[in-house]
Amino acid sequence: MRAGLARYLAFRGGRALLTALAVVTLAFLLIRAVPGDPVDAILGDQASPEDRAEVRRQLALDRPLLAQYAGFLGDVLDGTLGRSFRAPDRSVRELIAESFPPTLELAASALAVAWLLAIPLGVVAAARRDTRVDRAASVFALTGLALPTIWLGPLLVLTFAVKLRWLPLPGDEREGLAALVLPSLTVGTALAAALTRQTRAAMIEVLSQPYVAAARARGVADGAVFFKHALRNALMPVLTVAASQLGALLSGAVIAEKVFERPGLGSLFLEAFFARDIPVVQGVVLVVGLIYVLVNVALDLTYAWIDPRVRLA
Amino acid sequence: MKRLWAAPSFWGCALFLAVALLGPWLVSSSPDQIDLAHAYELPSERHLLGTADNGVDLLSALVHGARLAGVISASVVGVCLVAGGLLGAFAGLVGGWFEHVLMALSDLLQAFPAVLLNIALLALVSRPGVEHVVLSLCMNGWVLYARLARAEVLALRDREFVSAARALGVPERQVLLRHLVPNLIGPLVVQATAGFGSAILMESTLSFLGLGPSRAVSWGALLDQGSAVLLRFPHVALVSGGAMALVVLSFNLAGDALRDALDPRLRGRT
Repeated sequence: MRAGLARYLAFRGGRALLTALAVVTLAFLLIRAVPGDPVDAILGDQASPEDRAEVRRQLALDRPLLAQYAGFLGDVLDGTLGRSFRAPDRSVRELIAESFPPTLELAASALAVAWLLAIPLGVVAAARRDTRVDRAASVFALTGLALPTIWLGPLLVLTFAVKLRWLPLPGDEREGLAALVLPSLTVGTALAAALTRQTRAAMIEVLSQPYVAAARARGVADGAVFFKHALRNALMPVLTVAASQLGALLSGAVIAEKVFERPGLGSLFLEAFFARDIPVVQGVVLVVGLIYVLVNVALDLTYAWIDPRVRLA
Repeated sequence: MKRLWAAPSFWGCALFLAVALLGPWLVSSSPDQIDLAHAYELPSERHLLGTADNGVDLLSALVHGARLAGVISASVVGVCLVAGGLLGAFAGLVGGWFEHVLMALSDLLQAFPAVLLNIALLALVSRPGVEHVVLSLCMNGWVLYARLARAEVLALRDREFVSAARALGVPERQVLLRHLVPNLIGPLVVQATAGFGSAILMESTLSFLGLGPSRAVSWGALLDQGSAVLLRFPHVALVSGGAMALVVLSFNLAGDALRDALDPRLRGRT
């Protein structure tokens, strides 16, 4: 068993390295493959030939493609990710490291909102199928999926900060949990909507399995059947959906940071975009891509740990 | 198909498309008409939905924004449907390394934050126009269609009618185009209907973040404007965001209704 797990780890690690390399290459090619000259985008088309040559040299665009790639790989390997155009004395890594904690905080609390809403709602909807609770859950899921994050944010502000005055307005200097509530609700609602559907479907599937009927026949109480026997098994597909929401989670964070005037990775990214600070844009794309690879490795290892069939396959 | 006509979502979509197509000719004022003395007015007889920044008529801005959203979404969905559908169908048919590479790429694109990828692409042009927005949305938009087409082809390719065509000596290309593609159209159209709504959402999100096509009236840009004055003039954000939410909901529900109509076995399943 131990050898099986070790072999699985080695195999999975190798694949993760390959994916990471693909992400690095993608981030590198992105800036070179798109039609148009990035120098134009940075300086506008009125710039003098000297300035253009200087930027070209900074970006190392004057060197052959393979040499550029090697240089970029070097920047990735030594961890600096290159230097920002706007602040050449700062490495992209420093800028990203500064913006990371607030985004992580927002993402974690949004995930907590999504899970705390979706799992109980999905379980109850599955348990009380075709009742009013179930219909309410599907209305919630449908609305949550259709409500644009860019509208939900302002709506929540209008309701809870302006009318009811329960929570601080965006840009309010007061920090702490209160300032985090509306942004996490904004990001978490759409995720919760998709997860509610998934939890309900997975629970219905599991509840129809013979072992659930067997547990009921043995006289196990309803609550124990749902939470001990059914939910544990239903969580596997739910976990997969949750992991596939990583992209939506980070997209949501970018939007929420703008709506709520919060610092973070999204704000850094947008600022870099408007200043055409391409190394930073590239760096954020790269870091997010690597997070994606890591999360997937962690998820696969979790599966392998939960379910021996995965690692022996 | 009868049920489809009865669905309110169907009429929501039809209304949106009609407004996008004809609307700009039906409203009297243009969104370029500036009237500084009447900025951010509440709805009145003269301005049915009130006015936005610079006294622009909100109804007319909404209608022109619908045109832009419609044009962008139709282009994005059209390109993604054809390109993604064919790539996915081909992958399902030939398998091998092509299928592996395509699926690995689509895994990567699907999990990657869409907004980040789209913005990164738009960062590379100095003045993004409609075509750049379309291109950037297509970059990851084709994935869902490719996945769906591949899955359908995998389910179809060993069916009798395909084996029969092959046994009769029909070339692979014809098997794909004549025998498989027609069977893919139903599921792909369902996907495209819901996809139309998401494309509207993505376009609005990019415009909201300030990255939409310059010099065009967009719902996202209106909502951004409305959010900036949310505390004093909430009607701009409420109206533009509400329109967006209703249209996206309509397309989502219409996709579900269409799926049910095309496949009675699925009726009532979520």
